[in-house]
Amino acid sequence: MQFMLLFSRQGKLRLQKWYVPLSDKEKKKITRELVQTVLARKPKMCSFLEWRDLKIVYKRYASLYFCCAIEDQDNELITLEIIHRYVELLDKYFGSVCELDIIFNFEKAYFILDEFLLGGEAQETSKKNVLKAIEQADLLQEVRPAPLKP
Amino acid sequence: MPTVSKGDGMRGLAVFISDIRNCKSKEAEVKRINKELANIRSKFKGDKALDGYSKKKYVCKLLFIFLLGHDIDFGHMEAVNLLSSNKYTEKQIGYLFISVLVNSNSDLIRLINNAIKNDLASRNPTFMNLALHCIANVGSREMAEAQKQICFLTWICSCFQGVVTAATSLITTLAQKSPDDFKTSVCLAVARLSRIVTSASLDLQDYTYYFVAAPWLSVKLLRLLQCYPPPEDAALRSRLTECLETILNKAQEPPKSKKVQHSNAKNAVLFEAIALIIHHDSEPNLLVRACNQLGHFLQHRETNLRYLALESMCTLASSEFSHEAVKTHIETVINALKTERDVSVRQRAVDLLYAMCDRSNSKQIVAEMLSYLETADYSIREEIVLKVAILAEKYAVDYTWYVDTILNLIRIAGDYVSEEVWYRVIQIVINQDDVQGYAAKTVFEALQAPACHENLVKVGGYILGEFGNLIAGDPRSSPLVQFNLLHSKFHLCSVPTRALLLSAYIKFINLFPEVKGTIQDVLRSDSQLRNADVELQQRAVEYLRLSCIASTDILVSKNSAKRASSPSLGFNDALNLNSTPSSGASLLVDVFTDLSNPAPTEGSDEHFTRFVCKNNGVIYENQLLQIGLKSEYRQNLGRIYVFYGNKTSTQFLSFSTSVTSNDLLTPQLNVQVKPVDPLIEAGAQLQQILNIECVSDFSEAPVLNIQFRYGGTLQNITVKLPVMLNKFFQPTEMTSQDFFQRWKQLGAPQQEVQKIFKAKNQMDTDVAKAKLLGFGVALLDGVDPNPANFVGAGIIHTKTTQVGCLLRLEPNTQAQMYRLTLRTSKESVSQRLCELLSEQF
Repeated sequence: MQFMLLFSRQGKLRLQKWYVPLSDKEKKKITRELVQTVLARKPKMCSFLEWRDLKIVYKRYASLYFCCAIEDQDNELITLEIIHRYVELLDKYFGSVCELDIIFNFEKAYFILDEFLLGGEAQETSKKNVLKAIEQADLLQEVRPAPLKP
Repeated sequence: MPTVSKGDGMRGLAVFISDIRNCKSKEAEVKRINKELANIRSKFKGDKALDGYSKKKYVCKLLFIFLLGHDIDFGHMEAVNLLSSNKYTEKQIGYLFISVLVNSNSDLIRLINNAIKNDLASRNPTFMNLALHCIANVGSREMAEAQKQICFLTWICSCFQGVVTAATSLITTLAQKSPDDFKTSVCLAVARLSRIVTSASLDLQDYTYYFVAAPWLSVKLLRLLQCYPPPEDAALRSRLTECLETILNKAQEPPKSKKVQHSNAKNAVLFEAIALIIHHDSEPNLLVRACNQLGHFLQHRETNLRYLALESMCTLASSEFSHEAVKTHIETVINALKTERDVSVRQRAVDLLYAMCDRSNSKQIVAEMLSYLETADYSIREEIVLKVAILAEKYAVDYTWYVDTILNLIRIAGDYVSEEVWYRVIQIVINQDDVQGYAAKTVFEALQAPACHENLVKVGGYILGEFGNLIAGDPRSSPLVQFNLLHSKFHLCSVPTRALLLSAYIKFINLFPEVKGTIQDVLRSDSQLRNADVELQQRAVEYLRLSCIASTDILVSKNSAKRASSPSLGFNDALNLNSTPSSGASLLVDVFTDLSNPAPTEGSDEHFTRFVCKNNGVIYENQLLQIGLKSEYRQNLGRIYVFYGNKTSTQFLSFSTSVTSNDLLTPQLNVQVKPVDPLIEAGAQLQQILNIECVSDFSEAPVLNIQFRYGGTLQNITVKLPVMLNKFFQPTEMTSQDFFQRWKQLGAPQQEVQKIFKAKNQMDTDVAKAKLLGFGVALLDGVDPNPANFVGAGIIHTKTTQVGCLLRLEPNTQAQMYRLTLRTSKESVSQRLCELLSEQF
């Protein structure tokens, strides 16, 4: 995977994770163009499209678009499932996750993503293990041990 | 309702985020952000050292601001500082910041590297984790080497499924760079894959995703295997084939769950397996099965699957084993092209049609693509045009179909037909004799349409220019009609097209003399000759000039076929008339002759005078006939090429010529006339050669008599042949000393002839010089003390004698008069030369 973007229906970026080195200017340009392209798609259209020399896989969950850019030889369907797995993780962690959760706890969203994806590839595919790792990390935060939801 | 963030709270951050969200306008948001930025800046610069918690909070705020889309130009240092903290959360935020806001500041990179190294070296696994993450996501060259070794070892001996997944990704990337190092991984990969694929649903519990066993790992293993050719070891190969067959079998089984995630995961593995089968391209059985499976997906309910099926089939089509199998689905694909609502799916369908095209289905596929082109998205038109052009050329059985297809292309999507495409069609038409007539006819008909694309005008102009004669016999496409058709589009076209059309016009003049006059009028019009564009102006002027020279070198004689005299044009010749022959003497008349002088009618001697100082031109013209001349002289011999042009559309019959000299002239000048054909076709030209020999000096001129029958009436024309004594001049250079010496020697009164006369034309030095040179003398500089005077010397060659001549021309601009002095050794020569020359000024 080259990058993942999360953005709202109004085009506001909620999360951006880049797995390739690009300058700030390029990132901004890519984000702008891609967001426009994806938002222009109609609901019944398929989840894949070609953009520049990359394949884009996207899915909308409620008010958030999850959009990944993969290379030509990568598998699109598995990427869709990566997106889904990530949403499941967020859901389990925040409990019925919604966009606001991601806005206010953006750093947690990043941490969960990092536990799951490494260098653009899924590193831990067991949901249980990922969540366990996150919980352990939370324990390490000593200011106020928070009650962990089951 | 947002939950309070677990862990450490960071109240300040939550408040800040709420503030931003409550901002009513963009300006308010920017104001709030700037306020916060100023606050953070002052805190970072402040005297009081910040504690870890505050640093973390502020760095986090900066990160949030960055995510909103604002640029952050400070804070990197503080983030790097966080890296060296012992607290996990602070480290975490630090790493997060630098992985999102990568900075190319070299100092910082060094510090970051140090921090990473320290964390890796520490025994703390969580710290190592963070560091590894950072390397993986940010990447830097120094880390790569070490990582390679660690990961490979981990992979081989790991039992933990999770680690295997991660390590497999790394191995795959590394294997792509240096496949030989990781050859052994193939065996392990196959082993693992077969374990997964054949596992019962209770194993790998944690890693089963919606009833599919370890889909991510399976996909990764299959990807890894695509880095390598099919295994050589037979046992390994059969094991792998078994695996793949199992996967294909599973696809046929009824689904274990209705959820789309299940089917997606299952199909993800399936598609990756098919990709591997295609990559290996070695088991026909598997390939055909894969093709059939994809065929099912082509009509699946889910758009995603149809899209992927089309995409995979594209690669399948290029394999020889499955090419035929792919072709069986052509109807489905064409249907998809017509009915799919998603443009990306339609694009895949186009790509697949292109890949599966071969001789058996080319006509059908090209027809479908053309009809798709009419309604296609503008962004993809150029690609489709190119594809259609390539297919049409590659699989054309007969070239008429090819020509039709390209012309259709231009009609439908002219703007997207790049130059290569229409250059190519012209190249093919030129090289295929049998399609030239068809091309001319089709292009002619296509141009009749009220609105033509400019590319069609270009192609049409070129083809009609070259091959218009093939359809000129039909009155509906006579030369004049063709010319009018092309010219009607002239004003609508851009400069390069107009240039091409001008070239086509000169080709028309070449092929069809009957439209010559019309075309010349067009060329002569101010809009061409004074056109603002240099290229057009130059072409108009030069073509007009060329067309006025009657010469068989460019004009076709009546005996050759009515084709352009140039052989098949090389490609760089395509739009130029480089075929203008350079053989023979220069064709261009001296530039100073202006076109506004009409050729004289019979009886006038004006033409004769005009030819004293020049050798080429038209000496006679009337409604029916044009006579042009080209002459060369050497010493006492001369040769004249006479060109008789039939300006009418009827033949000239019983054509005959003769040259007569009066009694005085006959012994002085020998004129030998070569015989000519008695027939001149309509619009054709006849050439006759006259050989001249100067026996002694003369002052009369021979007369050319022409007789022919035109439409029943007999025509009789006489023209004075412009052969004068000065034609046999040889210019002689000499020093001033020599000149004066000879001048003195020729001092006898009968040797000198002088004439004072009024200037008839404007007195211009350059023109005078040109005339004197044209007369045949050598102009000597620095002889006459008065620089305004002209001094010349030459030798008249006759068979019997050679006569040296000296002349001096003194202009008097105030009085508009000249004094001309001729000194030669023979009185008659001096007389005649003076007579001839004085008329020129």
